[in-house]
Amino acid sequence: MRPDLEIIQQWIKPGDHVLDLGCGDGTLLDYLQRERQATGFGLEINPDHITTCMGRGVSVIEQNLDTQGLDNFDDGMFDIVLMTQALQAVRRPDKVLDEMLRVGSEGIVTFPNFAHWRLRWGLALSGRMPESEALPYKWYNTPNIRLCTFKDFEALCRQKGIRIRSRRVVDGQHQNSWLARLWPNLLGEIAIYRISREEE
Amino acid sequence: MPDSLPADSVGIVTPQSYHFDTPIELACGQTLESYDLVVETYGELNDDASNAVLICHALSGHHHAAGYHSMEDRKPGWWDSCIGPGKPIDTNRFFVVSLNNLGGCHGSTGPNSLNPATNKPYGPDFPVITVSDWVKSQSLLADRLGIQCWAAVVGGSLGGMQALQWSLDFPDRLRHSVVIASTPRLTAQNIAFNEVARQAITSDREFHDGRYYDFNIVPRRGLMLARMVGHITYLSDASMGEKFGRELREEAYKFGYDAEFQVESYLRYQGERFSESFDANTYLLMTRALDYFDPAYEHGGDLSRAIARARCEFLVLSFSTDWRFAPERSEELVNAMISARKKVSYAEIDAPWGHDAFLIPTPRYTDVFTAYMDRVAREVGA
Repeated sequence: MRPDLEIIQQWIKPGDHVLDLGCGDGTLLDYLQRERQATGFGLEINPDHITTCMGRGVSVIEQNLDTQGLDNFDDGMFDIVLMTQALQAVRRPDKVLDEMLRVGSEGIVTFPNFAHWRLRWGLALSGRMPESEALPYKWYNTPNIRLCTFKDFEALCRQKGIRIRSRRVVDGQHQNSWLARLWPNLLGEIAIYRISREEE
Repeated sequence: MPDSLPADSVGIVTPQSYHFDTPIELACGQTLESYDLVVETYGELNDDASNAVLICHALSGHHHAAGYHSMEDRKPGWWDSCIGPGKPIDTNRFFVVSLNNLGGCHGSTGPNSLNPATNKPYGPDFPVITVSDWVKSQSLLADRLGIQCWAAVVGGSLGGMQALQWSLDFPDRLRHSVVIASTPRLTAQNIAFNEVARQAITSDREFHDGRYYDFNIVPRRGLMLARMVGHITYLSDASMGEKFGRELREEAYKFGYDAEFQVESYLRYQGERFSESFDANTYLLMTRALDYFDPAYEHGGDLSRAIARARCEFLVLSFSTDWRFAPERSEELVNAMISARKKVSYAEIDAPWGHDAFLIPTPRYTDVFTAYMDRVAREVGA
């Protein structure tokens, strides 16, 4: 399993009702159903991914977050709402965060850090939009339209009164190295945030 | 019909009739003392009878869903694109049961059957049948066939309503419900179209208040008009445009009112052919069953409360250009299932053919349907 998913699954309690936004081919939900007896849904728009999910017994709903939102889900109906590597691809990440914490009591969000040293270095040196393993697209065709840094994300959470319950920062190999722990915004490539509403 | 049968066809099939002489109580309050159901089956029932799939037909459908009755048949069964070896409903793995519903006109007891009380066709005396009644009769058929639990109940349009009703009326007797191009209830517009169809039939002078059999005649014009208006709602504007455009049958306008446009002659042809093979009273009955279907009704309109008692998993599919039962109707159903915490998967298939798309094997439709049914088959060890 992808190491970031390995970290996420540790935060899922047995029997949790889970919503996975942009669930891809359903790998994580499939694992959570089998190993954590979790229930729930994945939302996806990629037809091939949807087919794969259906074939493996993952409940998947074809639904576009940008155009349809999460209006069809009731308040607090999920224990946990996941969004792995998709926050940077939605039109309004701030609204998606609000919605995540409306329908779920907790959220888990992962995204690539745009302040990683290699991206900073690339931009500084070449003067071109950086590309990396985590961000393998050209500026004109990238689905990642809302890139941000860990600091940006944390500032947004503060502003919205969202509590960051834990943060794990990993490098390109998804290793949780001590260096990335020391200077996350410079050395961390992907962060895994566990968030909830402040009042909890 | 080609000289040889296609490799992915179930081949030559023979319908079978099952007689039931235990009275069945219907939603309308009436009872049918005895009745027959005509059934086709494809594939083999496995030892623990876990691989059975029930096919529910739509308004004008019947038991002949796949294969051919003889080498002379021009066309295979109505859902041959989806049922057969290697097809989404794979007959190498599933035992497929397809019946003509009660009230139908293809061999099962319906308005054109003899009423044992009068020894004349039932005609208008045949009770109005509901989707729930169909499901009840299908459960009795399942008993007869030794099927305690369906691997899946599958249907498109009115058939999808039966697949949904199964999950509510017999929650422990199916593992999966596949609801395609359907809706949890008809809209006012849907009912309005049905009413036009019924008016076309009942206002035909040859309808004779539904006792046309006694006069050895059928209300052909009315049935033809009903089918014409129905047919329009099965297609999309785009698919009609693509097929006919404004094409004329001859080169110039004739300044008259005969069928000059291709679309006119197509509709007339479809209507005429239909009127030769379908029973007018059955058409009334089927459209009424559509109108009445509304599982949320007895739960104060709360669909998710209605669905609460379901225990199976659901696959819901809609088609982008279907305006008869639009994707929004399927989404309404899916959202109620989500609220009720049921396991449900949903896809909206991009297809240009309107409501009829559920009968046409587009690649994505086939992929999704195949993937889901493959997983159902694995689950029951088929």
